[in-house]
Amino acid sequence: MKRAPSLIIVPCVLIVAFLLTLLPMPGWTVWLRPAWVLMVLIYWTMNLPYRMNVGFAWFIGILLDVLTGTLLGEHAIALSIVIYLVVRWDSRLRMFLMLQQALCVMLLVFLYQFILFCVQGFIGQLPKSPLYWACSFTSMIVWPWIWMMLENMRRRFRVV
Amino acid sequence: MFNKESQIGLRLFFLAIISIALMVTDHRTKMVNQLRTVISIPLTPLQYLVSSPIQFIDNLKNLMSTHDTLVKENFNLKAEQLLLKAQMQRYLAIESENNQLKALLKSASEVQGKVLVAEIMAVDTEPFVNQIVLDKGENENVFVGQPVLDATGVMGQVIQVMPSTSRVLLVTDPHSGVPVQNTRSGVRAIAIGDSFSGKIRLANVPQTADIRADDIFLTSGLGQRYPAGYPLGRVVSVVKDPGLQFSSILVEPAAQLDRSREVLLIWPAQKVEAKVDTKVK
Repeated sequence: MKRAPSLIIVPCVLIVAFLLTLLPMPGWTVWLRPAWVLMVLIYWTMNLPYRMNVGFAWFIGILLDVLTGTLLGEHAIALSIVIYLVVRWDSRLRMFLMLQQALCVMLLVFLYQFILFCVQGFIGQLPKSPLYWACSFTSMIVWPWIWMMLENMRRRFRVV
Repeated sequence: MFNKESQIGLRLFFLAIISIALMVTDHRTKMVNQLRTVISIPLTPLQYLVSSPIQFIDNLKNLMSTHDTLVKENFNLKAEQLLLKAQMQRYLAIESENNQLKALLKSASEVQGKVLVAEIMAVDTEPFVNQIVLDKGENENVFVGQPVLDATGVMGQVIQVMPSTSRVLLVTDPHSGVPVQNTRSGVRAIAIGDSFSGKIRLANVPQTADIRADDIFLTSGLGQRYPAGYPLGRVVSVVKDPGLQFSSILVEPAAQLDRSREVLLIWPAQKVEAKVDTKVK
């Protein structure tokens, strides 16, 4: 009974992640923007493994491509590969301590960035700052907060 | 368990193939542009949702600036306007004289096209993508390929038009090419973006070409996309390596690509002949 309406929270959180991705940031701090959409997807995949799947991540990736003006399919392939790994490891990831989890997220974000980097390399538009890679560190730092916030939200709206 | 996992793997495999196919078609052809526009129409509210509060805060800042600073700014602006008007008088005389001379030479006279001021929306793209989003679109007759300028120079061209927004490819993108001409020596070249350095590179310029540092390059109007005579940038370095066939020339863009808020959309004169008549003095 309660389940159907409470799932609305999933797209709502994703929309907030999109807004954070579009939010203008001053100067060089644009390079430090955490991978919001990816982290939100990782969280939902870890906690609702039977509802989230690779296809959904791919679809979100296409939306992200259109919003950020990258090649159509670039974010889609990166997101679906990372989410595939999360689906394979979800039970293990959930058992980890927060620190271990954050380190795993850093590795996953790094992989995501690496795929984007490769695609950008193929089309000859590499990011011009080494700060590009710092995004995985900022993502790692933000992860515990995202986890706690979404965990609270999930309990309150009883999403299972 | 095994069945479920292998199913997901298969799905990933197919999605990866679709993504790669999409990326290749997007990079090589214009076929998926339509699809991109269709997807971006429902996403436009998101861009407005981010952009409007920021613009609102900016406006609020303007409202709250004190009377004193406003008076001072007003005074400065008036002085500047006077100066510009004085310069304009000279240009008007020169322009009419120029048109007269061109008429004598029986070539097409230069007339100003229609211009529209657009605002850059306060939304970020990925930092390695050289694009901006404007708040004017199909409703204001913006078209793909339209040149975009700011107060100091050429910014780029429109590559995608949505009903109320449009996307602009900046001149620093490797996919952007602008036909330019040196003001000092008249040497022509094609200026291609160099996203790695954030500058513009002149392609295939022979070692013997007369180009020095601090030369100014204007759009030449060849290629019929950018109108002639707008500044593209200033040469910052000329490297002539005897081992290479062409010299490597870097140009600093004149437009303030990361600082402007307002930009100009230009309708080249031939497209609005009827409107020009009423505007020409």
